[in-house]
Amino acid sequence: MLKRPEALLCSTPAGLYSPAGDFHIDPVRAVDRALITHGHSDHARSGHRKVMATQQTLDIMGLRYAGNFAGETQAADLGKATEINGVTVSFYPAGHVLGSAQIVVEKDGMRIVASGDYKRRADPTCTGFEPVSCDVFITEATFALPVFRHPDSRDEIAKLLKSVEQFPERSHLVGAYALGKAQRVIRMLRDAGYDRTIYIHGALEKLCHYYKSQGIDLGPLSPATTETGSVQDFAGAVVIAPPSAFLDRWARRFPDPVSCFASGWMRIRQRARQQGIELPLILSDHCDWDELTGTITELGPSQVWVTHGREEALVRWCELNDYAARPLHLVGYEDEGD
Amino acid sequence: MEEFAELLDRLVLTPARNGKLTLLVDYFRDTPDPDRGLALAALTGDLDIANVKPAMIRALIAERMDEQLFAYSYDYVGDLAETISLVWSTDEPVRANAVPTLGDIVTSLALASRSDAVRLVEKWLDQLDASARYALLKLVTGGLRIGVSARLAKQALAQFGDVDVTEIEELWHGLKPPYEALFAWLESKADKPQSLATAPFRPVMLSTPLEEPDYTKISAEAYVAEWKWDGIRVQLTAEGGRRRIYSRTGDDISQAFPDIVDFMNFEGTLDGELLVARNTDAGVEIGAFGDLQQRLNRKTVSARQLESHPAFVRLYDLLLDGSDDVRGLPFVERRARLESFVKQLEPTRFDLSPLVPYDSFDDLVELRKNPPHPIIEGLMLKQRSSTYVPGRPKGPWFKWKRDPFIIDAVLVYAQRGHGKRSSYYSDYTFAVWTGPETEPHLVPVGKAYFGFTDDELKQLDAFVRNNTTERFGPVRSVRAEPEHGLVLEVAFEGLNRSKRHKSGVAMRFPRISRLRWDKPPIEADRLETLEALLRDSETAD
Repeated sequence: MLKRPEALLCSTPAGLYSPAGDFHIDPVRAVDRALITHGHSDHARSGHRKVMATQQTLDIMGLRYAGNFAGETQAADLGKATEINGVTVSFYPAGHVLGSAQIVVEKDGMRIVASGDYKRRADPTCTGFEPVSCDVFITEATFALPVFRHPDSRDEIAKLLKSVEQFPERSHLVGAYALGKAQRVIRMLRDAGYDRTIYIHGALEKLCHYYKSQGIDLGPLSPATTETGSVQDFAGAVVIAPPSAFLDRWARRFPDPVSCFASGWMRIRQRARQQGIELPLILSDHCDWDELTGTITELGPSQVWVTHGREEALVRWCELNDYAARPLHLVGYEDEGD
Repeated sequence: MEEFAELLDRLVLTPARNGKLTLLVDYFRDTPDPDRGLALAALTGDLDIANVKPAMIRALIAERMDEQLFAYSYDYVGDLAETISLVWSTDEPVRANAVPTLGDIVTSLALASRSDAVRLVEKWLDQLDASARYALLKLVTGGLRIGVSARLAKQALAQFGDVDVTEIEELWHGLKPPYEALFAWLESKADKPQSLATAPFRPVMLSTPLEEPDYTKISAEAYVAEWKWDGIRVQLTAEGGRRRIYSRTGDDISQAFPDIVDFMNFEGTLDGELLVARNTDAGVEIGAFGDLQQRLNRKTVSARQLESHPAFVRLYDLLLDGSDDVRGLPFVERRARLESFVKQLEPTRFDLSPLVPYDSFDDLVELRKNPPHPIIEGLMLKQRSSTYVPGRPKGPWFKWKRDPFIIDAVLVYAQRGHGKRSSYYSDYTFAVWTGPETEPHLVPVGKAYFGFTDDELKQLDAFVRNNTTERFGPVRSVRAEPEHGLVLEVAFEGLNRSKRHKSGVAMRFPRISRLRWDKPPIEADRLETLEALLRDSETAD
């Protein structure tokens, strides 16, 4: 058995690196060989020579980076082991967004799970997280503070629908990240019985189309352009857009919009207030505090490595609960991306 | 409790008045008694509830949670009640039928001692969800500040029951939480409650602005003229030993003016303008609006303020003469009664707003242009035959304000708006020149966010975006140089001295009246212009 897990994976300025297998996981700089957990742009960058990821993640990168984002690509089948320079690598679903995976790295009886971004609750738009027992568990810490306890997602969608009913003369402008969150919000609205056309910002079009091609029914969608009709068409409508579009002149085409934002950050009132959000929807694609600590308890690894987010609180919890833990101090992953 | 919590959460984040009204009306409709009435009282600050100290709540969480994890959390969130509401966890599953209602909470707290109250709060924290825990903690620690004025709450009640807001105002002081009789009436399930209060508020009569087409209606035969005093409109009522001073929206402001209340040794209801005097070596003179502000929005008033800024009321109408309701009489008859009524009153506290004699409309034009005192903000024109009716009927009473003051200032900062305007830079800070003529610099003198048309807003927004020099969150600073920048013509009603502003002046009711694209910034006004204006407004002649 390998004595030190750091010989199998360690943190470098470019990201997680395997000295034994000579590859990086979610590198933030262009490298020779990259294994990518999921398609969010801070994890999936372009310009690597070789990229290995799930087919869906490769497809999403192709959509976002217009074709030649890497010299060479290799699709990873979920649950199937592949050998890279004597290191065994396998991908397991992470439940974060469509195509997202944890990457399991093994050599000489030492197994490390790099879970990437992950969540534990059900998401109708992607395959659920699959726990893999391991010696070292690398966990994200985006919402690793006891204040983050995401409420039931269905209640948040119900809040949105109630407001749509209360303010039928206004449009509801829902900020949601283009990959994952937007499609999840749309799919959950459908599950809650909302069958009217949902209007989407141009930045979401390709990805929504891709989700549909992967068998995720998003119902009737239409571009949120005024060319097709008058401003009043948007009265009472639900419009989904990336959050940055709100502050843009783009938002002016809607009648007196109720600004909503679907994000785990909306748990904190001041966050909503600062951003001028009228209706915060606490919907996250990351684990909340209970899910993070619950996952560690469930897996029972001998070491926990904590990365991007509020590392110190999760490390403190591990200390209190007798898990060896340390922060990885990886840089380059956006704190805000939820 | 969860419905109340949801209402609070939405009210806090909803900037628009209409949006707030919709939320309140829907809540009143969907929530049973007594919760809706208690919620109403909590919002308007009329709910008396046992106070639990924040330190006691903090002790509760310390029993349950690692100190360091709590410190990380509090540090991140910044608000104690919110942090505790979020980190609170319980092993007991939340059972729907165990969730306390707002009524349960208020009733139990009313009977509890302070130490019992803390244990009750602990029990409820276990039973409520995060949002309701936050509402509970804000409620019991007395920190419920959410931007709903009593006025707005009354408006929502009026809209809910489809009645005029003056009807609510009239009843308000006889009612107590949870207002069950009021809600029953608003839902047409019972008759209008009788006002049980002695010395109740009687909705006031308001005027409409005099505009061009109505000039021909004004003649000395039909209308009397009075000065329009720049103080605050009050209603004084004394009945059977009960004395009250109401604001024009029916808020009881008696506590702030004991120097008036002490002398209300009459029976009846008077309408007038509350002003303050200034004791100077030269004797007593009427203070400017800035002096009056020393006395406003205070729950109590110090002996020193009573001495330096004594209040008095300039009377202009009589509603009740003894127990005789004279509101149905014509203005001239009420005025005659008022004139004899005043004779019995303490002259240092009450005087009569004089009628202003005139012959022709041209006289009025002159009078309006040159009022004899800086505390006058224009003329009031009252129809001789007008009865005293609540609300704002058009015709019987006109106000004719003097023209606003105007300065040219330079746009220096712009802030992103809210709600409908969140994609626009719509709040503008403007500045005037100061310092030596050869080396002038700009000093901000005010902020305005209305007065312009939608088209002008687009032009302003485009100017801000194209001339940004720095960004601080939602604020941009804008190019403002002697030869490059945007001059705004700003209209305002008056000036006060201000210690909070670097310029030393604060404008009243500033708005953008024109965009001066034609004017180079260096030609905008200097601070001296404002200082001169300030001196004028402080010197009575």
